[in-house]
Amino acid sequence: MMELLQYLENLLGSAWLPIWTLVKILVIVVPIMLTVAYLTLAERKVIGYMQVRIGPNRVGYFGLLQPLADGLKLLLKEIIIPSGSNKFLFVSAPILALTPALAAWAVVPFSDGMVLANLNAGLLYILAMTSLGVYGIIIAGWASNSKYAFLGSLRSAAQIVSYEIPMGFALVCVLMVSQSMNLGDIVLGQKSDVGLFGWYFIPLFPMFVVYFISGVAETNRSPFDMAEGESEIVAGFHVEYSGMAFALFFLAEYANMILIAILTAIMFLGGWLPPFDIAPFNLLPGIFWLLAKTSFILFLFLWFRATFPRYRYDQLMRLGWKVFIPLTLVWVVVIGAWMQTPYWLW
Amino acid sequence: MLIGFDTLVFYTFAVITVLAGLSVITARNPVHAALFLVLAFCSAAGVWILLEAEFLAITLVLVYVGAVMVLFLFVVMMLDINIEKLREGFWRWFPFGGVLAAIMVGQMIWVLGSRQTSETGAQVLKHSASYSNTKELGRLIYVDYVYPFELAAVLLLVAIVAAIALTLRRRKSVKSQDPAKQVLVQKSDRIRIVSGVGKHGTE
Repeated sequence: MMELLQYLENLLGSAWLPIWTLVKILVIVVPIMLTVAYLTLAERKVIGYMQVRIGPNRVGYFGLLQPLADGLKLLLKEIIIPSGSNKFLFVSAPILALTPALAAWAVVPFSDGMVLANLNAGLLYILAMTSLGVYGIIIAGWASNSKYAFLGSLRSAAQIVSYEIPMGFALVCVLMVSQSMNLGDIVLGQKSDVGLFGWYFIPLFPMFVVYFISGVAETNRSPFDMAEGESEIVAGFHVEYSGMAFALFFLAEYANMILIAILTAIMFLGGWLPPFDIAPFNLLPGIFWLLAKTSFILFLFLWFRATFPRYRYDQLMRLGWKVFIPLTLVWVVVIGAWMQTPYWLW
Repeated sequence: MLIGFDTLVFYTFAVITVLAGLSVITARNPVHAALFLVLAFCSAAGVWILLEAEFLAITLVLVYVGAVMVLFLFVVMMLDINIEKLREGFWRWFPFGGVLAAIMVGQMIWVLGSRQTSETGAQVLKHSASYSNTKELGRLIYVDYVYPFELAAVLLLVAIVAAIALTLRRRKSVKSQDPAKQVLVQKSDRIRIVSGVGKHGTE
């Protein structure tokens, strides 16, 4: 394998680096897209069983081909551009929603050294990329020239901007504890003799909870799916979109969900580290543990959706501004003081 | 190759920044103008990354693009701006604006053309990949210049408090809920049984 790579490198010369990077990008993006497809099936199955139904089971065994059938259906549908809408912005909005969701994956480490771009300011980069996702929503709502879409986009944009603040402060706690903004170093900082007790979710437990709940709100998922609120504003910002343009928003939402899940796993649950550094656990490759933790958090997303009723909008804003932000601010100070004492063990 | 890769990237980003900046003031639609400003910020961040100032570049995207411009767009989208009315006085104020612009251009030429700036520009240090821009910046802000920095922070805080105090109006007509009261509510606060109900719901 190494010899083959070496051979190709010599063959292609200066064109090698862009081509090899492109291959690495594909190796990350294609599985994400497949995960998104099968996450939709998993969601329907999980919610189905929680509601004593079976879920999709007609297309392929256990409905395994259902996502492909859905994708094909959306691909074949006509994209309708509303009259009086801004065509260029209308078309670019779904692209603007999906691009940052995928771009953030550049700095996600899958295992020790297994990362596309080993950025020193990785955490900051993630924050910047996730904060760009809101443009797709705002522009979609505005360019649609529709009241419902505009109201929906204002709602969800306000929600996303609000919940970015507690998320940012939770990450400030993480970087205080790990003393690094490099995601790989953050995972390595959680390595200890005591296995899972060395992970950051123990000293930062409130931040872990805040980060995850804010992540649910940030991705506009139930119980914070105010943007869609079927009972009030039809479908929110993407009400005028059809076919593949709608599918891109869908992809962006699920890609963001997976991103939040994997980031929670990396920053609070020890990333690719096994729960105990002993025989049966540490024999498995690191990426298995990372994906197992990510899957568990994704399951929580689905579980939430099947369990909780939707928040009212003012309650949602209250939770963000009056509960989470003060809590995170206090915890930054607590961690700062705690780290100066000899009782700091992490 | 005639020009280096760095130079190519620089000119690409610089041209995009300048064109986007021009479009901000020439765009007829205020929302388009705001979006062009976003583009200008993003490409300026690209130029900063080229200068190895990755912390500042990403912070520019995070703060200005991710937060400030979003709020800006909010306001601009909800306002009904009549562009014709805004342009009415353009030629009347043009001489005044022209003089201001000429002064600014003169100042810029003065600063950028002076010997000090043109000489330091040639000697930008190249750092290794492990060099942390963030740590360097942190040390400058929180160790070397900690008191001026804290002073600036307090000034900002005072400005925030003042801005909120000036705009906060307590209107009597607004109805609001107290979540604590909602949580503490008892059955007896809400329901009053008017007539007696027997064991089996009859009577």
